Amino acid sequence: MFALDILQAALFAAALILLTPPLGLYMALVLEGRWRFLAPVETAIYRLCGIRELREMSWRQYTGALIAFNVIGLAVLLAILMGQGFLPLNPQNLPGMKFFLALNTAISFVTNTNWQAYSGEAALSYFSQMAGLTVQNFVSPAVGVAVMLGLIRGFVRRTGTTVGNLWADLVRSVLYILLPLAILFAIVLAGQGVVQNLSGYVTATTVEGAQQAIPMGPAASQIAIKQLGTNGGGFFGVNSAHPFENPTPLTNFLELLAIFLIPASLTYTFGIMVGDRRQGWALFGAMFILFLAGFTASWWAESQPNPITHVPINMEGKEQRFGVMNSVLWSTVTTDASNGSVNSMHDSLSPMAGMVAMLNIKLGEVIYGGVGAGMYGMLMYVLLTVFIAGLMVGRTPEYLGKKIEAREVRLAVIALFVPSGLILVAAAIASSIPAGLSSLANAGPHGLSEILYAFASALGNNGSAFAGLTVDTPFYNLMLGAGMLVGRFIVIIPALMIAGSMVRKTAAPPSPGTFPTNTPLFAVLLVSVILIVSALFFLPALTLGPISEHMVMLQGRTF
Amino acid sequence: MKSILTDYLVALRAIVVFTVLTGLAYPLAMTGLAQALFPQAANGSLIGPAAQPAGSALIAQKFTAPKYFWPRPSASDFGAVPSGASNQGFTSAKLAAAVEERRAALGSNAPSDLLYASGSGLDPHISPEAAEYQVARVAEARQLPPELVRHLVAAATEGPQFGFLGQARVNVLLLNRSLDALK
Amino acid sequence: MSASKTDYSQLIPAAIRDSFLKLDPREQVKNPVMLVVFLGAIWTTITLFTSFSGFNLQIALWLWFTVLFANFAEAMAEGRGKAQANALRQARTQTMARRLRNGAEERVASTELRKGDLVVCEANDPIPADGEVIEGVASVDEAAITGESAPVIRESGGDHSAVTGGTRVLSDRIVIRISADPGAGFLDRMISMVEGARRQKTPNEIALGILLVSITVLFLFAVFTLPAFSAYSEQAAGQQGVVNTSAPVLVSLLVCLIPTTIGALLSAIGISGIDRMIRRNVIATSGRAVEAAGDIDVLLLDKTGTITLGNRMATSFHPAPGVEERQLAEAAQLSSLADETPEGRSIVVLAKDLHGLRARDFHPSHVDFVPFTAQTRMSGINIKVDDHGAPMTTRCIRKGAAEAIRQEVERQGGKFPSQVRNAVEAISKAGGTPLVVAEGVTVLGVIHLKDVVKGGIKERFSQLRKMGIRTVMITGDNPTTAAAIAAEAGVDEFMAEATPEMKLQRIRAEQAEGHLVAMTGDGTNDAPALAQADVGVAMNTGTQAAREAGNMVDLDSNPTKLIEVVEIGKQLLMTRGALTTFSIANDVAKYFAILPAMFAALYALKPGAPGPLAALNIMGLHSPESAILSAVIFNALIIIALIPLALRGVAYRATGASQVLLRNIIIYGLGGVIAPFVGIKLIDMLLVALHLA
Repeated sequence: MFALDILQAALFAAALILLTPPLGLYMALVLEGRWRFLAPVETAIYRLCGIRELREMSWRQYTGALIAFNVIGLAVLLAILMGQGFLPLNPQNLPGMKFFLALNTAISFVTNTNWQAYSGEAALSYFSQMAGLTVQNFVSPAVGVAVMLGLIRGFVRRTGTTVGNLWADLVRSVLYILLPLAILFAIVLAGQGVVQNLSGYVTATTVEGAQQAIPMGPAASQIAIKQLGTNGGGFFGVNSAHPFENPTPLTNFLELLAIFLIPASLTYTFGIMVGDRRQGWALFGAMFILFLAGFTASWWAESQPNPITHVPINMEGKEQRFGVMNSVLWSTVTTDASNGSVNSMHDSLSPMAGMVAMLNIKLGEVIYGGVGAGMYGMLMYVLLTVFIAGLMVGRTPEYLGKKIEAREVRLAVIALFVPSGLILVAAAIASSIPAGLSSLANAGPHGLSEILYAFASALGNNGSAFAGLTVDTPFYNLMLGAGMLVGRFIVIIPALMIAGSMVRKTAAPPSPGTFPTNTPLFAVLLVSVILIVSALFFLPALTLGPISEHMVMLQGRTF
Repeated sequence: MKSILTDYLVALRAIVVFTVLTGLAYPLAMTGLAQALFPQAANGSLIGPAAQPAGSALIAQKFTAPKYFWPRPSASDFGAVPSGASNQGFTSAKLAAAVEERRAALGSNAPSDLLYASGSGLDPHISPEAAEYQVARVAEARQLPPELVRHLVAAATEGPQFGFLGQARVNVLLLNRSLDALK
Repeated sequence: MSASKTDYSQLIPAAIRDSFLKLDPREQVKNPVMLVVFLGAIWTTITLFTSFSGFNLQIALWLWFTVLFANFAEAMAEGRGKAQANALRQARTQTMARRLRNGAEERVASTELRKGDLVVCEANDPIPADGEVIEGVASVDEAAITGESAPVIRESGGDHSAVTGGTRVLSDRIVIRISADPGAGFLDRMISMVEGARRQKTPNEIALGILLVSITVLFLFAVFTLPAFSAYSEQAAGQQGVVNTSAPVLVSLLVCLIPTTIGALLSAIGISGIDRMIRRNVIATSGRAVEAAGDIDVLLLDKTGTITLGNRMATSFHPAPGVEERQLAEAAQLSSLADETPEGRSIVVLAKDLHGLRARDFHPSHVDFVPFTAQTRMSGINIKVDDHGAPMTTRCIRKGAAEAIRQEVERQGGKFPSQVRNAVEAISKAGGTPLVVAEGVTVLGVIHLKDVVKGGIKERFSQLRKMGIRTVMITGDNPTTAAAIAAEAGVDEFMAEATPEMKLQRIRAEQAEGHLVAMTGDGTNDAPALAQADVGVAMNTGTQAAREAGNMVDLDSNPTKLIEVVEIGKQLLMTRGALTTFSIANDVAKYFAILPAMFAALYALKPGAPGPLAALNIMGLHSPESAILSAVIFNALIIIALIPLALRGVAYRATGASQVLLRNIIIYGLGGVIAPFVGIKLIDMLLVALHLA
C-alpha cells in the first residue's frame, strides 16, 4: 500500500521532470513566433480582431491593453452570468445569477482565481459554463503567460524599450499551447467517464426506488482547461472530487499532472529565453524543493489518525478511488499552483496538512504557481533574493546581467508584500464582525483557519477553500471579489513596470564576481528567502489557527 | 486617448473571437467527438434502460436496506444537484458525533471509509474491507451463503488502475445490482 | 591623519552624549525602522502611567536602550569622522596671503582670494588656497592632508603643479594661480565629505532602505492584526483575557520582528565605509563612488608605477664578440656618469655590483658629456685624459638605441656585429630595452634594461581575477615589450602604445558592454578618462585638472591602492548584506520566545493550567514575562555587539562570488538563526538568577 503510494508520487514527479524540457522548448518556439505552424489561423484572428501583431509595445501600452482586455472580459462575463436565463443552452432553465455573486464569479474567473461561491450544477447554464467560464479559463492563463513574457523580455532584451505585443502573446498562448493540450486532454477525460454532452439532467430511479437527479453537461472540455490553465473552477460544486469530473485514478493522475505541466515547463521556456537553461532549472529546483517539503509534511500529517474520533484512516472528505496519498498530493499541488481545484475537502484535512495548503498559497503562488503567474511571482522573489545575496558578495545586485536598484526592489516588495498584508487585515476584519463570523462552519481554531484560508485563496488567486465557510453572502462576495482583483493586479502591474525599467538597463556580462543564479546554492537560497520572508510573516496568525487546532486536537478537545 | 479607445475595441473583438473559438467551437467539437467516440462514458455512464435509467455507475445511490451493501456516508444525502461534503475539521464536535453515531449503527470495528463521509457525497465506491465488513449482514438478510456474496464482492472489486494507480475499491451500485440479479 | 589612531577614550563619551542628543524626533524620522522602535518606546512609556508593573517598566527601559544603542552606533561612526574633520579644520585656519597685483605684492586675508588670483609663497609660508604653480619650484609639506611627513616637490608645468590650501612651503619661492574660491577648496570638500557622509544615501543604501521599511510595514500588519485573532481565539476557547495583547507586549513583538539590527547599524556601516577609505588616505567625493568601487569589473592600470617600479633598470651586460664583459661594463658606466635618469643610475650601479667598478670623478675640463637628444637618440662621454689625468686620444663612448648606434658606427666606417643584433632582438622580445654601447667604431655590446615588476603584484592580479575583475595594463611601450611585461605581471590584457585618447575610447567601449571601469591617473591629459571612468582615482601629486576629474583622490599617490579601493567598496556592500541576513534570520528564535509566551494560557483545559501552545516554548524559558523580556534585551544587546563589525566591515577574502556567498550565508544566515536561541536562553537564565523576572 505504502509502496504503491510512493510509486505513484514518484511517477508524478518523474513525469513532470520528463515533460518539462520538451513542452518548455515547444512553448519557447511558439511564443516567440519562431514556429508558426498555425500561421493562417493566427493571422485570421489578428485580422478579425484588428490586431497589428508586429507593433512593439512599451510597458505602459502593454499594461493598458492588458487592462482593457480584462475590463471587457469582466463585463462580458458578468452580463452572461446575470443574463443566462435569456440565453440558449439552458436545459434546466436556471435563472440569472444575482449581482453580488455574478460579480464575485466574474472577477474570480477573469483573475484566474476560480473561487466558487456557487455550485455549478445548481447555478449555471451550459452556455455560462462554455461561452462564459471556459473562455476565461483559456484567456486568463494566457494573460499570465503574456505578463511573464513581458517580464522576461525586460531581462533579456539588450536594446530598445519595448516588451512585446500583448495581443500576439495572448493569441499565441491560446492557439498553440492551451487549445491543443485541452483538446487532447478533453478526449481522454471523456473516454474515462467525464460527461460531455448538452443533455438535460437525467432523473434516475434508484435501486431502492428513490428519484435521483443526475447532472449532465459539457464537463470534459471545461475540466481539461480548468486544470491546464491552473484555473481550478469545477464544473460541479465538489470539483474534482465529483465522479463526473474525476472518475478514475487515471484521470486523477492526469489532472494532477495537468496542473503543474505548463507552469513547470515555463521554467524551461524561461531558461531558453534567457539563453541559459540552468537558470530555468534553478527555479524549477527551488519550486520542487518547496513542493516536496509541503507534500511530505502534508502526507505525514494526514497519515496520523485523528486522536478524537480514533478512526484509523482519514477518509473524511476524501474519495475511495484516490485514497489519502492522492488526496494530499492534490491538496499540495493545487495550492502550490494557483489552481484551486480539489479532489478532497480541504476543510476536513488534518490541521497540519491544512496549514501546508494555506501556507503554499500564502507564499504567493510561486511553487510552480499559476500559468505564467507562478513564473512572474517567483521572479519577484528572485529579485529579492538576488538583492540580499548580491549585497553579501559585495556587488550591486544584478540578475541576468541587469542591476537591481531601488525601483525594482520597491516594485518587488509591493508585489510580494501587499497581498500578504491584506490577507491578514481582511481576515482580522472578518474574524471581528458578525458578518464574517456567521458564515463559519467550524468553531474553535478551525473557524479562524477557514477565514484565513478564504482570504489567502482570494488574494493568492488560488480559488480552493475550506469550503465549509458560507461565502455566498454580500460581505464575503465583495471582500473576496476585491481581494481577487487586488491580488491579481498588485503583482501584474509591478511585474510589468519592472519589465519596463529592466528593458532600458544595459546588461553587464557575467564574471566570477557576479554571483551565479543558476546553481543549486541559489535555488536553496531562494527557498530560504521565501520561507523566512513570507512564512514567518504568517506565523502569528497560523499559531492561532492551524497550530492551535493541532494542539487542541492532541488534547482531545472538540468545538 | 485614441490609443486607449483602440485598445478597448481590440479587446472587445478579441473577446468575441475567443468566445467563438474556445467557448463555442471547442466545447461543441469536443461534444461531437466524445459523443461519437465514447457515447456511454460521455453521457454519464448510465445503467439500466435508456428511457428509465437506474442511475449512473459513477454516482453513489442511497442504500439503507440490510440486504444491500451500503455506500460511504454522504453529507448531501446522495443528492446530486448539488452534491456536497461535511467540511468538518478534525476538532469538530459534529464530526465526532457523526462518527459515534455511525459506529453505533455499524459496529465499533467499522472500516474508516464507512465512518467518514466522502468528499463528493457521491463516492460510488467503498474499500474491499468495507465490503467484507458488510458481507455477513447482506448474506444474512438475503439468506445467501456468505461465500456466494463474497464471490460477488470479489467480482465487483477493482484493483488499482493498471495495477498501480489509485486504490482498490468496490462499486456499491454495481455490486448491489449483481446481488439483485441473482434471483 | 592616517597615522592617528582612534582615541576611544574620547570617542566613546562623546558618542554616548550624542546618543541622547539624537533622541530628537527630527533625527529619528530619518531612520524609519528605528522610528518605529522610538514610537513604540514612547507608547510603552505612556502605558506605564495607566498600568504600571515591573515588567512593563523593564520593557520600556529596554526599548529606550534599543533606540539609544542605535544612536550610539551612528554616533561612534560619525565620531571617527569628526575627529578627522577637526584635524583637517586646523589646517584651514585663516592665513595671510601675498597677492600679486600688477606686479606688486599686497597682503590680504586668504578668504579674500578669488579664483584666478596670483599669490607668492616663500619658505615657511602657508599656501593660502588651492592652486597651480605657474612659476618656480618648491618643496612643500603636505602632512596636514596626507599625514606624510616627507616633503614633496611642486613645480610649474608638468604633472606636479597642483598645490593644496593648508599645506606649507618649506623651501624656495613659487607663484601660484588660485583655482578655488574660499570654501570650495579641496580641504573644504574633504571636511564636508568626512562630516557629512551620512547625509547622502547611496543607491544600494536607498534600495536596502526600501526593503527594510517594507519588512517593517509587513510586520506592523502581522502584529496589529493579532489582537483581532486573539480575541477570536479567546472567544473560541471560552477564556476571556488570557492573551496579553497590551501595548508593551505587542510593541515587544513588533520590535523583535522588524529588522532593527540592520536598521540600527545601516548608517554606521555607510559612514565607516567612507571612513575606511579615508584611513587609507583615499578621499572619495561621494559615498556613491565608494559603492561603485565594489562593482568595478575592469581595472585600467598604468604600467609604470603601478605594475612595474617606476623605471627600467639595467639587469645585465651582453658583450659583443671579442669584448670582455668587464670592458663593456666599464664603458657603459662611463657613458652613464652624467646620465641622471634612473636608467642611467641603474647602469652605474650594475657595473659596480657585477664588476666592482667604482664611478669615477672627472674634472669637468677633462671630459665632455654628450647629453641625450631626440635627434641623436644617444648619449655618452668624450674622455680626454687617461686614468692618471694625462691627456690621451679622446675616447668617444656612446650608448643609445640599437638603430642610432648602428647608424653612427657605420657612418664612421665601423661594423655592427650580427651577434649584437641578435642580442638586441632577444632582449626586445623578452620585453626589455636594449641599449647598445660603442666606443669609436667598435660596438662593445648591449645593456639589458628591464622593467621590474613589483613584488607580489602577480598574486594580487590573480586575486582580482577570482573576484571577477579584469586588469588591463596601459603602456606607451611597443606591443612586444608590453606583451612580455603583461605576461610577467599576470594582467589579463594590455594596451600598447597607448595614448590618453585611446584610454578614453577603451573606457567607453568597456562601458558600452556593461562593464564598470576604474582607473588611476595624474596628468592633465588623463582628466577626460578619469571623468569617464566609473571610479577615477586621481593622484594627489597630479594636476588640478586630474583631481577635479576623478571621483576619488589618493593622498599617497599610490596607484596600486586602486585594488584596496575596490576591496573597501565590496566590503561595504557585504557588511550591509550580511547584517540584513543576520537581522532577518534572528526572527525565528524571537517567535519561539514571544508567541508561546503570549498564548501560553490559551485553550488550557483548566484555568491556571498551561495551555497546549506552551509546547512551542522549545527554549524552556522561565515564564511568559521572562521570555518576552529576554527577546527584547537580546534584540537591544545584539546592536551593541555588532557595532565593531559594522565599523570594521565583514571579513573580506578575494575569492569567487559563490564561495563568498556560501561563507557569509553560513556565518550570518545560519548563525543568525542559531545565535538568538542561545542568547535569549542565557539572558532568560540571567534574569531569573537576578530575580528580574
